[in-house]
Amino acid sequence: MAETQNDETIKNETVAKPAAKKDKKPAETVIELNNVGVKFRLAEQKCDNLKEYFIRLIKRKMNYREFWALRELNLKVKKGDRIGILGLNGAGKSTLLKCIAGVLKPTEGSVTVKGNIVPLLELGAGFDKDYTGAENIFLYGSMLGYSKAFIREKYNEIVEFSELGDFINVPVKNYSSGMKARLGFSIATVVEPEILILDEVLSVGDAKFRKKSAKKLKSMMKKGVTVLFVSHSGDQVLENCNKAIILEKGHIIEMGKVDAVCARYNEIIEKK
Amino acid sequence: MNKFIKDFKKFRPLLGELIKKDIKLKYRSSVLGVLWTLLEPLLTMIVLTLVFSNLLGRGDDNFPVYILCGRLLYSFFSNGTKVALKSVRKHGSMIAKVYVPKYMYPLSSVISNYIMFLISLIVLVGVIIFEGVPITWYLLEALVPLALGFILTLGVGILLSALNVFFRDLEYLWTVVMMLIMYTCAIFYKVDSLKNVANEWIFKCNPLYSLIVLFRDAVFGRSFANDMYHVWFSLIFSFAVLIVGVLVFWRKQDKFILYV
Repeated sequence: MAETQNDETIKNETVAKPAAKKDKKPAETVIELNNVGVKFRLAEQKCDNLKEYFIRLIKRKMNYREFWALRELNLKVKKGDRIGILGLNGAGKSTLLKCIAGVLKPTEGSVTVKGNIVPLLELGAGFDKDYTGAENIFLYGSMLGYSKAFIREKYNEIVEFSELGDFINVPVKNYSSGMKARLGFSIATVVEPEILILDEVLSVGDAKFRKKSAKKLKSMMKKGVTVLFVSHSGDQVLENCNKAIILEKGHIIEMGKVDAVCARYNEIIEKK
Repeated sequence: MNKFIKDFKKFRPLLGELIKKDIKLKYRSSVLGVLWTLLEPLLTMIVLTLVFSNLLGRGDDNFPVYILCGRLLYSFFSNGTKVALKSVRKHGSMIAKVYVPKYMYPLSSVISNYIMFLISLIVLVGVIIFEGVPITWYLLEALVPLALGFILTLGVGILLSALNVFFRDLEYLWTVVMMLIMYTCAIFYKVDSLKNVANEWIFKCNPLYSLIVLFRDAVFGRSFANDMYHVWFSLIFSFAVLIVGVLVFWRKQDKFILYV
């Protein structure tokens, strides 16, 4: 009971804030989330095959627990903003990013995104392990929506940045996880995206490459790319972002300038 | 609809890449490479001919060519649907991260198998010439079963790929269904020669059998006139399945991410 009350107050806060912010900066809005809610149906027991499905259909035992991963979420991101998304595990951070990336359709509300998005999440997840690095550049690049001519033009740049050298002609299954991540990072960042989604990827590869990738990201940020950065760590957000939000149980409980929000986030962690 | 066309244009290179990947990887580690596409049906034909060559009477169609017609179409349908069935789940990790039109996965699987099927038709041409089966203008009729075969496989493949996300045992169930389809395709025997013709309806329910009948008509220089049932049945069935497949896929695709 106490919790629902708590939710009410938070809701009011979330609705009020973006409206207030809108007046301050006249920059163009590139991402707009309007009253977004994502509902998951959690089956009490996993049911992913026909046999069980029919048994339960006959027994009339379709028990679902409904669960809102995001609820009544309003967010406006201006061009050039670098927003840190903080929250504990299960707060809805990944779900929020999936909505923005367009892979998950919200149950209610609307998501509007202007400009192309490059997600830097779990780099190298789209690689085919039997394919060589070179072939994967074309495969992964085309998954990100690059044209063939564009990939061909940037091919050398990608190989060079990834520092893979002769390994580029070896099947990816023989790569170390660091090498895979390096290649993924190089392919994803070769285009100049308007919106960049980062999921704690600043820790790619060895120390040397980490420096290089951080530098590349910094230079992209300087060019006015809009960034969404997900993290558990307040310090990382403080370093890279100018604004931040805190998610808790699918709601934005805090939103604003990065230092204030990070301070509040550290408070929350201390309390738990 | 506008978004659909725009998306298709943007991701057409991806379709090409996926098709290329399928074909390249299938034969990468084998010494003979793509030659297997030709060798495999040829060897099956030889085995079936050795074992069953007296199943057809004298004056009937040339047996090796008869087998090959059925066998090639069947293996295209079988491989195409099996690969398409797994295609969406196989790319599950990407579906959860990057927006890609999801129909690209089953579509590319069916197209790549179709290309390999078209290559394997070279064997058929070779055997036709070797066996001295006369080549007639009726061969052009073959375009009908070849086109409908693609549509049928695509329809079934898209439907299965969507359902397989929700029901994982579909893969095993489909193997059983494929077995039924194979035995009712009359690949190495004639339906007329069966003793119990009461079961003929089973064959009439199998759209793939209809396509094989039409394909044989074309190869052996007969007009479709005697087999109009098979023309209409395969035509209607193929397009109906494609429409159902696309509708199911369309309506369920937003939920894939929750299950992959």
